[in-house]
Amino acid sequence: MSTGEKALGSVANYVDERTGAAAWMKKNLNKVFPDHWSFMLGEVTLYSFIILLLSGTFLTFWFDPSQREVLYEGEYQPLNGLKMSAAYASTLHISFDIRGGLLMRQIHHWAALLFMAAMIAHLLRIFFTGAFRKPREFNWIIGVGLVTLGIVEGFLGYSLPDDLLSGTGIRIAEAILQAIPVVGTYLAFFAFGGAFPGEAFIPRIFTVHVLLLPGIFLALITVHLMLVWYQKHTQFPGPGRTEKNVVGYSLMPIYMAKAGGFFFIVFGVTAFLSTVASINPIWLYGPYTPGQISAGSQPDWYMGWLDGLVRMSPPIETHAFGHTISWNILIPGLIVPGILFTGMALYPFIESWLTGDKREHHLLDRPRNVPNRTALGAMSLTFIVVTVINGGNDIIATNFSLTINQIMWASRIGIFVLPPLAFVITKRLCLSLQRADRDLVLHGKESGTLLRLPHGEFVEVHQPLNAHETFALTQHEQKPALVLPTFDDHGVKRPRAMLNKWRTRMSSAVSEQIQKPTPDDMKEIEHH
Amino acid sequence: MKRLSRYRKHRFASPLALLFALFLIGTTFSVANASSPKASASLSRSAAVDEGRQIFLKGCSSCHGLNAEGGKIAPSLLGVGAASVDFQVGTGRMPMADMSVQAMRKKPLYNPDQVAALANYVASLAPGPGIPGDEIMVYERDGNTAQGGELFRTNCAMCHNFAGQGGALSQGKYAPTVMGADAKTIYEAMITGPQSMPVFSDRIITPAEKLSIIKWIKGAEVEPALGGAALGRVGPVTEGLLVWTFGLGLLIGIAVWLTTKVR
Repeated sequence: MSTGEKALGSVANYVDERTGAAAWMKKNLNKVFPDHWSFMLGEVTLYSFIILLLSGTFLTFWFDPSQREVLYEGEYQPLNGLKMSAAYASTLHISFDIRGGLLMRQIHHWAALLFMAAMIAHLLRIFFTGAFRKPREFNWIIGVGLVTLGIVEGFLGYSLPDDLLSGTGIRIAEAILQAIPVVGTYLAFFAFGGAFPGEAFIPRIFTVHVLLLPGIFLALITVHLMLVWYQKHTQFPGPGRTEKNVVGYSLMPIYMAKAGGFFFIVFGVTAFLSTVASINPIWLYGPYTPGQISAGSQPDWYMGWLDGLVRMSPPIETHAFGHTISWNILIPGLIVPGILFTGMALYPFIESWLTGDKREHHLLDRPRNVPNRTALGAMSLTFIVVTVINGGNDIIATNFSLTINQIMWASRIGIFVLPPLAFVITKRLCLSLQRADRDLVLHGKESGTLLRLPHGEFVEVHQPLNAHETFALTQHEQKPALVLPTFDDHGVKRPRAMLNKWRTRMSSAVSEQIQKPTPDDMKEIEHH
Repeated sequence: MKRLSRYRKHRFASPLALLFALFLIGTTFSVANASSPKASASLSRSAAVDEGRQIFLKGCSSCHGLNAEGGKIAPSLLGVGAASVDFQVGTGRMPMADMSVQAMRKKPLYNPDQVAALANYVASLAPGPGIPGDEIMVYERDGNTAQGGELFRTNCAMCHNFAGQGGALSQGKYAPTVMGADAKTIYEAMITGPQSMPVFSDRIITPAEKLSIIKWIKGAEVEPALGGAALGRVGPVTEGLLVWTFGLGLLIGIAVWLTTKVR
């Protein structure tokens, strides 16, 4: 043992004697994680969050969250001599006077867009592979909470500079707040400390943006990761992989190196984007004044679906008992998002209720093997895509020689027609893929070799799959639909007959499958 | 005399006398005419108007009517002024390529002289805003960029976008980009209010303020893309597109690469 090793050993011993860390470290550093590219989407989200914390801290050194009016006399000539808020002026100062300030601003904003994009991609992976099933329902709900908070945090963040675009966004947020029946006006007054825009809003959202929400984020992310650690990571099925084990590499040294390296790659890609592509050029937007607005005002992409919903809603208001209810804002701005997020949060419970499956699942589903869930996902995704497209309808109109009215009407009709269509098409596609898998298992791969039989017939030689491939295509479980008889074992009519009937019907839709090849089928094939 | 009178009955005598008389009258008239320069100008002006009228009859009257009184498919041109003609015909918007909702900027059909003649003709029908001369287009000297930007955001950005990139209006109409439009064209657009655009009279935006707006636009045209590629200067739509395609796309590619097993 060299002197260096001896010194290291005595330090480790010193720490271990006081903390008892050695046993814990031994156990956890050897923890095994499975390997798949889609498992790294959550990592991208986490690393973007770290980038956001670092770059955001830098920005707070110079950002002045105040709506106090100042006269700008800085580097950017086209705004020189104009009156603006201190928030806007300090953002200009960060962009043009602080060394690396513009780069940091752009890193912060690109990382925010990437954070949300990676989060949504991660969510889709979890959904389509069924990783939310027992015991991970709580982690799914935490994830849904993180998406919601992410949208709010992003919106507050880009609202801080008090430029013309973000001021427009705040105005719309105020309108959505005011659309809440009866109390909306009061809520808006409380939030803005009086009439819009006032001088209180930006200081308030600054505290929420840099203190409250990041704190909640940190807590939720910690719980999210601790649950992943404790419940272990899910894995795709394969030879040797069961519900009771995890096949992969150990944390130390493989994942330490991989994850550490990947962090720098994510940081690198973000920094590269921030170097070559401008984002949120607030100096072009100009300072916010309630009397001004720009054509093509858009929110950041993760709010685009909300904007699209508001843009497609027909102008409907009712007046009753001295109150105006703006359904055209209330429905797309609050009711539809509420239904979407509640439905998303409750989905694990809904699915397990319909399938009657209360067991733990650590092996992931191939999306095609759960046609109904995959179709539901495609349906929701189609809904969101239609709204996002309508959110950018003015930009799309000018760039593709369409009219806003065409796009609006297409999305008004499309929002009702396309999602169900996507559901049916996806479900049929999944069943077709299952059928293809079945054929592949039973008849093997097409080899492209033609064989002429003695009596003149031509046949193509099929190559049988090997055991691994066959296992991958046949390992999944095909659960029969729930059957809830009208009468119980004692011949007594069960309560809630209507609900049970409906549940049985839904369950049979959920468990619609193409029968996978059975061992008997395989034997029969071998006889040919 | 005798010698002269000998030719009196000559067969060329009468035609020659007639020629001489014509020459005399013509010369006298032209001399008398030249003594009055005003009359001469009005003659050439009326000639230009006449030329403009000819162009108008050939190229415009089928829609705007033989006397520019307008018709079912085109407005009356009485009182639109020379500035309007210079804007619409000089930028190629008129004559329209087709009967779509809006005339677009394209290669002008008429040369500058013909445009001037047309403008003269239309201006001669009824008074209207004139073409701004070079003497007032001193935006470089008199304009104030910051004030122009403020005015642009207040009056123009709602249709033309914050950076003058243009934007969509209802039913397929649009506000075109103001980038690349020359100063005179922008000025004419403001005083005549072409197509869906309102008129910004000198009482709403003073001539000095108009010059400031033009100076801001000209500055925005040459402003370098600070902070990297400008992504069209249309706001967050292109940014979102880039983060999903390049940003997340690249990172997923790298993730696939990192998890590929060496075979």
